[in-house]
Amino acid sequence: MSTAVTPGNGRRAGRPGKGVRAGRPHASWALPAVLFFTFFAVVPMALAFYLSFTKWNGLGDPQPAGLANWKKLLDDDRLTQSLTVTVLLTVVSWAFQTVVSLLLGVWAAGRQRNRAVLSAVFFVPFLLSSTAISLLFYALLDPNFGIIHRDTLGSTSGAFLAIVFVGGWQFIPFHTLIYQGGARQIPEVLYQAAAIDGAGRYRQFFSITLPQLRNTATTSGVLMIVGSLTYFETVLILTQGGPGTDTAILPYLMYEAGFKSYDFGYASAIASFLVVAATALSLLLVRLTGFGAMRSTREGM
Amino acid sequence: MSHGTLHRPRPVRAAERRTPAGPSRVRRHWTRRPNPLAGIGSAVWLAVVIVPIYTMISISLTSQDKALGNNALKPPTDPTLDNYNTVLHNGFPHFLLNTVIVAAAVVAIVLVLCLPLSYVAVRSRTFWSGSAFRLFLLGVAIPAQAVVVPLYLMIAKLNLYDSLVAVILPTAAFAMPVSVLILTGTLRDISEEMYEAMALDGASSTRMLFQLVIPMTKGGISTVVIYSALQAWNNFLFPLIFTQSDGPRVLTLGLFNYVSQFGVNIPALLASVVLSGIPIFAVYLVARRALVGGLMGVGGK
Repeated sequence: MSTAVTPGNGRRAGRPGKGVRAGRPHASWALPAVLFFTFFAVVPMALAFYLSFTKWNGLGDPQPAGLANWKKLLDDDRLTQSLTVTVLLTVVSWAFQTVVSLLLGVWAAGRQRNRAVLSAVFFVPFLLSSTAISLLFYALLDPNFGIIHRDTLGSTSGAFLAIVFVGGWQFIPFHTLIYQGGARQIPEVLYQAAAIDGAGRYRQFFSITLPQLRNTATTSGVLMIVGSLTYFETVLILTQGGPGTDTAILPYLMYEAGFKSYDFGYASAIASFLVVAATALSLLLVRLTGFGAMRSTREGM
Repeated sequence: MSHGTLHRPRPVRAAERRTPAGPSRVRRHWTRRPNPLAGIGSAVWLAVVIVPIYTMISISLTSQDKALGNNALKPPTDPTLDNYNTVLHNGFPHFLLNTVIVAAAVVAIVLVLCLPLSYVAVRSRTFWSGSAFRLFLLGVAIPAQAVVVPLYLMIAKLNLYDSLVAVILPTAAFAMPVSVLILTGTLRDISEEMYEAMALDGASSTRMLFQLVIPMTKGGISTVVIYSALQAWNNFLFPLIFTQSDGPRVLTLGLFNYVSQFGVNIPALLASVVLSGIPIFAVYLVARRALVGGLMGVGGK
């Protein structure tokens, strides 16, 4: 199916020299983007490691502090708790969002008029910013105003589930869209063949739709897992890490250490830990899924 | 995805089944019979989407003293626009303008830097262009939270603290990895023959960028525009850390500040959330197809 350009293709042209150079810009064209990205993303990462070995309160210059921050980090009970909450939040959010958006996406792939209208309504939450959505549920979960006249955010499980739900409420429309696109690309002939073989609707769903959506699920899953690290504002606005420190995900822990306690060295140690974890995760995901290689429209079929 | 999953019906059986079923029945699997389970499921999700939005609008139209302890699901008895007035007189238009400026600048930077880079990544076969692409591939997983402390230090040293530029530059940098993935995905679909045809005409790489690559990647470009504008629209952490005063305050941060400013005035808070959704809702009404189509592209369609 794929006619993607492969390295040797250019040489097919009659004039080899010309063919190879056809539309092959000099690598220096990439330089501005690389420099910009390096300066604002890679250098700060290196700087985070450096700062994790210093003591700095945000004023003046950082002072060397050896391994003190890392020792403190490893002894900090909150780290274990925070790591558990972060992983749990990622996994539960991924499961919740995948199930709902897969079902909705396949449903929305149908061409019925009512489905098109409802899909347009389902998309609306995604138009609000995560801050706005967090504020909305902060107000709605207020025991005095909202729909639920109970202190949902006061209990550990209530607060956790609220964060999962609010994250899902915002991002499910987006992932539904991805699944809808994926489902519409499934060749119709597969369903015709299945119908001829006498497969019913549910059999078709499990035997054709699900396996055919494998690549879509990968893309959407990678975006979800990377995206769940961004629940920072939801946590900050809804629970402030509470009750106690029960919903303090890693980024929130870092924010508190840095911008509440002004212990930037310690915050950098947490940040470095976050970088290592996220890079390991992304390497793993790229390896496991071939995420970078399969993003052409002609592939994945 | 391989076609091995396709079980071809044996011709004889197919012929037997097709006659009674009629060709039109199997032509489109989604227009056959109503699907009750899907109907129930979509009704449930409709409630999940609509109830919070309805409650938000309803409370925002109620005066503060009436909203307290009131059943939020009942429509307001005498609706008032006072809450909206409060929000509009507390800097809302200014915050919105800042967000629009940030979004426009971020989109411009991302496009100008990422287009040449993606062009090189797809067309050039040197070691350096490959490395540049891999840098951005890994960059997908760098969480913005992890670099916020060192970026704070850098921005302070660059004398950019408390300015819109301090928000724009890092936001653009962190929108780049996914943008590069989207653009390279679309660029791979331009066939070798088109480059060769232009090379025969003696076109330079620059002319190919403007006359072949940009026109052929319009879909990818509009996806990148929407994606990076959304990043700017949603961004909360960078403005929270890198700005302080009212001057460069963006909308997300403005909303967040209303929490402490309005205190228990939940109706006003919800009015600000409604107002923040209106501009992008208007865009959605006018350009739903472009927006939804562009976002589908983030999933690699």
